[in-house]
Amino acid sequence: MLQIKDLKATIEGKEILKGISLEVKEGEIHAIMGPNGSGKSTLAAVLAGREFAKITHGSVKYMGKDLLEMSPEERSKEGIFLGFQYPIEIPGVSMVNFMKTAINEHRKHRGEDPISASDFLKIMREKKALVEIDSALTSRSVNEGFSGGEKKRNEIFQMAMLEPKLSILDETDSGLDIDALRVVANGVNKLKRDDSATIVITHYQRLLDYIVPDVVHVLFDGKIVKTAGKELAIELEEKGYDWIKKEVDSE
Amino acid sequence: MDRSEIITDKFKDLFRDSSQRLEKNSSELINSFRKEAMEQFLALGVPGRENESYKYANLEPWFAADYKSYFIPEQADFKIAEDFKCEVDDLDAYSLVLLNGFFPTLNGTLMELPNGIWVGSLAYASVRFRDIVEKHYSKYALNGKDGLVPLNTALASDGLFVYAPAGVKLDKPIQIVNLVESKEDMLVQHRNLVVVEENTDVELIVCDHAISPQKFLTNAVTEVFVGQNASFDILRVQNELNNAAKITHTFIHQERDSRAVTNNITLHGGMVRNSTYHWLNGTGAESNALGLYLTDKWQHVDNFVNIDHAMPDCTSKQLFKGVMDDFSTASFNGRIRVARDAQGTRAYQNNNNILLTDDARVYTKPQLEIYADDVKCSHGATVGQLDEEALFYLRSRGIHKDEARLMLMFGFAHEVIENIKSEAMRDRMDGLLLQRLRGELSRCTTCVINCEKDLPHC
Ligand SMILES: Nc1ncnc2c1ncn2[C@@H]1O[C@H](COP(=O)(O)OP(=O)(O)OP(=O)(O)O)[C@@H](O)[C@H]1O
Ligand SMILES: [Mg+2]
Repeated sequence: MLQIKDLKATIEGKEILKGISLEVKEGEIHAIMGPNGSGKSTLAAVLAGREFAKITHGSVKYMGKDLLEMSPEERSKEGIFLGFQYPIEIPGVSMVNFMKTAINEHRKHRGEDPISASDFLKIMREKKALVEIDSALTSRSVNEGFSGGEKKRNEIFQMAMLEPKLSILDETDSGLDIDALRVVANGVNKLKRDDSATIVITHYQRLLDYIVPDVVHVLFDGKIVKTAGKELAIELEEKGYDWIKKEVDSE
Repeated sequence: MDRSEIITDKFKDLFRDSSQRLEKNSSELINSFRKEAMEQFLALGVPGRENESYKYANLEPWFAADYKSYFIPEQADFKIAEDFKCEVDDLDAYSLVLLNGFFPTLNGTLMELPNGIWVGSLAYASVRFRDIVEKHYSKYALNGKDGLVPLNTALASDGLFVYAPAGVKLDKPIQIVNLVESKEDMLVQHRNLVVVEENTDVELIVCDHAISPQKFLTNAVTEVFVGQNASFDILRVQNELNNAAKITHTFIHQERDSRAVTNNITLHGGMVRNSTYHWLNGTGAESNALGLYLTDKWQHVDNFVNIDHAMPDCTSKQLFKGVMDDFSTASFNGRIRVARDAQGTRAYQNNNNILLTDDARVYTKPQLEIYADDVKCSHGATVGQLDEEALFYLRSRGIHKDEARLMLMFGFAHEVIENIKSEAMRDRMDGLLLQRLRGELSRCTTCVINCEKDLPHC
């Protein structure tokens, strides 16, 4: 589904991604861990099409297409979803209007008619129940005045509405209380299909108890320095990153 | 002779030649102000660029142009105005039509609404309600610096009169449709007086609409008295043609514990200048001055706000927002004055602007004059582009770039609309705003009205 080959990117002249290669297949769950500032969010944003980082090298193929050639909205319509580490507040734009517009753009892309008002309400209701999001929130402006945890829950709500093929969840767990973490993780699991895949970026093993990864990668200073099974997450939780730093340094 | 002298001379002649006709058609009370006002105008002239508060509004060309002076309506005009029966969807309102600044109805020029509120022609009210008019007329529109206010006093003969006696409640808003229609270029000067006595509640919606493409210059003065514990809302929707210039001066005099909201929404207009004055004359009064301006091509929209905290413990808020496209320009000049005894004042001001092109410009200037020490005061002005991160957020959900930009502009502007009192009006304004941003708001999209009769020239 997704093949990243030796991807390098700079921000303001500084190299942040220093040659990343990664392959994600349908049905897989990948976890990316790594210290602060190692480039996890940059990688996620580059995959979603944000133009702040300049790609200097490498390629990204998604469903056989050159992903880097596509606009952010095209990527979304082709099934990519980014759950933001820091969701943006957009005053004056209602959640309802936002979601309806997004859904209709997706439908248009598939050659379908705009959604009817009653179908839209029905889907909203279903998905709200799935992530147990408060109805009051979806009647407000996008993320405006939402608490940190509410914003994260809202990301998963949007994911539920759009039913993506490839979800990239950037620290969706941080800021969530223990119950919310379980709800959100269950939501992600329920949304999983045989032909979809998920990349979860996280600092904590706890999330991975719920969303069990097939593979865990460690991103360190712009490179993937270690890839292993889910036990790697447990090891990191116990020992931190120092030992990995040492391993990298000794090479 | 320089240009400004030519202009003042022109008005001097105009006044001389038409004063007889003017006086014959006005009441003695209104006439009694004319001479002195004209002298004041001649001394002050039309504000030029050297006038700090008019620095960016280039008025002279508008005043130098020749207009068919149009002081007195004729029978045919009454018929035109009568033919427009206009309404906002779902908005239950009392609708009145002004034509070229006059209040022309065939059956009566003053009417009493079911709850005892009087609306109608100022010219007639100055006879029928002489005491009320005498008490308030030309008492608040005092500004020793702006010649356009006395010019209006000297030349105006009619306009809207609203009188809400103490204790009555207006059950629905009053909607005024200002039609401007003429075969010739025209100068319009209405004069409005609104008296809201204590413990009453009045909501006005004023909609300006030109229905013929001639050159129009409007110089309108509105005086409002808001009595103790009374509440007054005015929403003005401006959707004018490119060759129309609109200058409004609104003076709100507020007594103790009163509340007043002014909201100027400029969707379109060649040159627009709104001056809004709130004089807080009693403790505990609250004023809200709001504005939204959307400009493109060569338009210019100019907002001047003056909030005078004359008494303690009053609150004022200003929120003005603008989106400028193409080569258009806008200016915001917000003045807050806090008198020495006005302790406990809270005064807030915000002006936020989005420039869509490199050539669009906005000039924003706060002016704070604070003479009291126990004062909470803040002001902020921003000029920026659309928020790139927000744009990416919307696009990352599949929303096309153009649509995402539109949504952000809408969201930005909506903050002003959110403050509109009636829900039907809010919805209608949201709809108009969207049409405007999509470039679908034709000059024939009547601003807030649906008329039974098709508009001519469309
Ligand atoms: N817009 C930007 N301008 C300048 N530098 C940036 C920008 N965005 C990211 N960076 C830098 O790129 C590096 C990687 O940042 P990134 O946000 O990808 O890290 P991360 O791995 O997601 O960290 P965290 O775990 O704290 O979320 C950091 O050094 C950061 O300061
Ligand atoms: Mg990050």
